[in-house]
Amino acid sequence: MKTVITALIAGIIFGAGLAYSGMSDPARVQAFLDITGNWDPTLACVLCGALLPMMIAWRIQARMHAPFADAHFSLPGTTKLDGRLAIGAILFGIGWGIGGLCPGPAVADLAIAPQSAILFVAAMAAGMLIHRYAAS
Amino acid sequence: MLPAFPNAMPMEGLAGGLMIGLAGAIMLLGLGRIAGVSGLAARATGIADSGAPRGIAVAFIVGLPLGAWIVSRLAGEIETHFSPSTAQLIIAGLLVGFGTRLGSGCTSGHGVCGLSRFSRRSAIATALFMASGFATVAIMRALGLLS
Repeated sequence: MKTVITALIAGIIFGAGLAYSGMSDPARVQAFLDITGNWDPTLACVLCGALLPMMIAWRIQARMHAPFADAHFSLPGTTKLDGRLAIGAILFGIGWGIGGLCPGPAVADLAIAPQSAILFVAAMAAGMLIHRYAAS
Repeated sequence: MLPAFPNAMPMEGLAGGLMIGLAGAIMLLGLGRIAGVSGLAARATGIADSGAPRGIAVAFIVGLPLGAWIVSRLAGEIETHFSPSTAQLIIAGLLVGFGTRLGSGCTSGHGVCGLSRFSRRSAIATALFMASGFATVAIMRALGLLS
C-alpha cells in the first residue's frame, strides 16, 4: 500500500508539472522541435528544471542501501549501446515530431483533451503491442 | 519573459520542470525506481510482463492525468493544440509506442532520469530522439504539414 500511494503521489506531481510547464500542449512541444521555424525554448527550461532535483536525488541514492518505501533499488544496469537503443530512439523522435507528444503528456492529456489524447494513447498502446509481438 | 521568444514560458517551464524532477526523485528515493513513463505505461496496461509491480505502475500512470486535472482546476484552463489530422496522430502514436519500447525509454526515463544519472545509454538515446524530432519537424515545415 505504501508503495502504491508513493507512486500515485509521484504520478500526480509529475502530471501537474507537465500541465503547469505547458508540456501538455503538443503545439508547444512541436515548437521546441521547430528549429527552422518559430522556435520555442520552453521545453529546454522544463528539462533543466527537472534535471536539477534528479541530479541531487542520484547523489543521495548513491549513499542509500534501500529506498524509503520499498525493500531494494530496482534500477536499470544496462550499459550496452546497440541498434535497438538507436533505432528505437530515432523512431520515437519521428513520432514525437509528428504528433508533438511523448508518453507522459499524452497520458496526462487524457484529463485535459480526452478526445484527441485517447486516439494518440490508443495508437501508442498498439505500437507497444506491435513491439511486444513483432520485435522481441 | 524572453524578449526573443514571446511565446516561451520560461518560468512556468522551470517550475513545472522542478515538479517533474521532484516526482522522479520520489520514485527513485522512495521506490528505488526510474520514473519512465513509457515503461510504466506498458507495465500498467499489461503490455509488458516485466518491470515495476503492477500496482506501482498503475498508480503512477493514473496520477498523471489526475495531476494535470488538478492544475487545470487551480490555474484555469490549460491550452492544448493537437494535430487536426487523425492520421498524423495515429502514425505518431504508433511510432512513439513502438520506438520507446524498442529503445527502452522516452523523454522521462532517458531524458530526465538517465541524463541526470550521466548514463551514456540515455545520453545517446536522448541525442538521437532530439535529433530525429528536430529533423522530422523541419521536414514537416518544408512540406507544409505543420498545423
